Amino acid sequence: MRNPIGKKVVDIKPSGIRKFFDIVLETEGAISLGVGEPDFDTPWHIRDEGIYSLEKGRTFYTSNSGLKELRTEISNYIHRTQGVSYDPIKEVFVTVGGSEAIDLALRAMIDEGDEVLIPQPSYVSYEPCAILADAVPVIIELKEENQFRLTAQEVLEKVTDKTKILVLPFPNNPTGAIMEKEDLEEIAKVVIEKDLYVISDEIYGELTYSGKHVSIVSLPGMKERTILINGFSKAYAMTGWRLGYACGPQAIMEQMVKIHQFAIMCAPTTSQYAAVEALRNGDDDVLMMKEQYNHRRRFLLSEFERIGLPCFEPYGAFYVFPCIKKFGMSSDEFCTRLLKEEKLAVVPGTAFGDCGEGYIRVSYAYSLENLKAAMERLERFISKL
Amino acid sequence: MSTREEILGIIEKNSRIDVHELSVLLGADELLVANELKNLEEEGIICGYHTMIDWSKTDIEKVNALIEVKVTPQRGIGFDSIAERIYKYPEVTSVYLMSGGFDLMVILEGKSLHEVASFVSNKLSTLDTVLSTATHFILKKYKDHGTILTKKYEDTREIVSP
Repeated sequence: MRNPIGKKVVDIKPSGIRKFFDIVLETEGAISLGVGEPDFDTPWHIRDEGIYSLEKGRTFYTSNSGLKELRTEISNYIHRTQGVSYDPIKEVFVTVGGSEAIDLALRAMIDEGDEVLIPQPSYVSYEPCAILADAVPVIIELKEENQFRLTAQEVLEKVTDKTKILVLPFPNNPTGAIMEKEDLEEIAKVVIEKDLYVISDEIYGELTYSGKHVSIVSLPGMKERTILINGFSKAYAMTGWRLGYACGPQAIMEQMVKIHQFAIMCAPTTSQYAAVEALRNGDDDVLMMKEQYNHRRRFLLSEFERIGLPCFEPYGAFYVFPCIKKFGMSSDEFCTRLLKEEKLAVVPGTAFGDCGEGYIRVSYAYSLENLKAAMERLERFISKL
Repeated sequence: MSTREEILGIIEKNSRIDVHELSVLLGADELLVANELKNLEEEGIICGYHTMIDWSKTDIEKVNALIEVKVTPQRGIGFDSIAERIYKYPEVTSVYLMSGGFDLMVILEGKSLHEVASFVSNKLSTLDTVLSTATHFILKKYKDHGTILTKKYEDTREIVSP
């Protein structure tokens, strides 16, 4: 029989998280701080709107780009948070989670051999999606000394004639790093000078703990060069609804929607109705959850300091990314031993890129009681090393 | 949000939290938090640190009733003096002045149906200014003080995810 599998796919490494997931499942009584989604339920009024749409029989496809009222609300939201106007019909469309938008943006913009700059440590899907789109991923290794922010210098060092896209994954999973306005201004200069496009993944934008999230699209000349990606998963605790969106120049959106209409048709209708409610009446929920995350963030940082685990202060998402280099172990070894000896699961930094070596990702999408129990285990583990 | 507001937000849900932990969560100085707590107590904003108990899970019998009370307000003192006469009974747990179809909402805790009934007929209804009462017994508490009593939170997420 012929080999049924395509070479391009085979060559893609499976996610490092998957491997770890299997070990955790085998460990009985494990506490996990390894989850990348909110612990809150979707606020009831949002769920209720989803249920209501089902009761009314809103069970059909929507237009490929998504419900017009949802796109209008998305456009309003970006205008009120970033002061940037997007045409809800031509420049906004609804996707199956932010991750679909990442895939589409790359596929719509890439010609074979184009280079995509991907800062790491970062979310697991940029690199494989770039490869599947026939791009050449070029990794930028973010550094703790810069609080894992991206600097203009780092971009300049990797830019070539073939570079077309810069992925901007902030607030960042797994490091919790954010980019402030001044940081973005430096990046924008390089982007314009080198004639690049930006895919800005702002799925954690609402979860910023030092002032308000600033999007690169709010800087002069950047709206024309940026695909802004966001969604409902993190801000409104709606991961299972699978709903995100992309905003950007009409010419690029048209091509993304073309792929979307053939591959997906449209995002789930029930989720779209629920999302309209989220954007119209969900601000207080976001604030409440953000406040809780912020308490937990401070709690973990204070605990790390107490037990002697060095960690830079992250201001975004719901992760902390402490450094474990001083224990003389690889991230993988540290996490495996922590799981075996203390039954506590955290994710090795290397799951988010090779430069995550020496770090672990600790999620605080857990109740304080849970975090307290976990810190007891972590302290016991560290004291034995 | 002010520190004061944030403190109240947290201790409303968890009154057992100590000053140190409170200061960690708020990212505020411990002394400042301790002072603020003291002030809140002195100003009567924090009125107590109670424990929420689901008595129905114990062997101890408790009967709760909501009583709608219509009264004649008195010249010069309005509802205050009649409210005071009612809230002085130890079996009365809450008294609220209400808008709408009746005047006072009296919440009562008794050992038995009989005890509540006798309180209403012997003590409450016989007050001069009380015009009428309507007693509602609580059959089951689903949610109290923002806490769901009938279900426990269950984490159904995948144990590790990107």
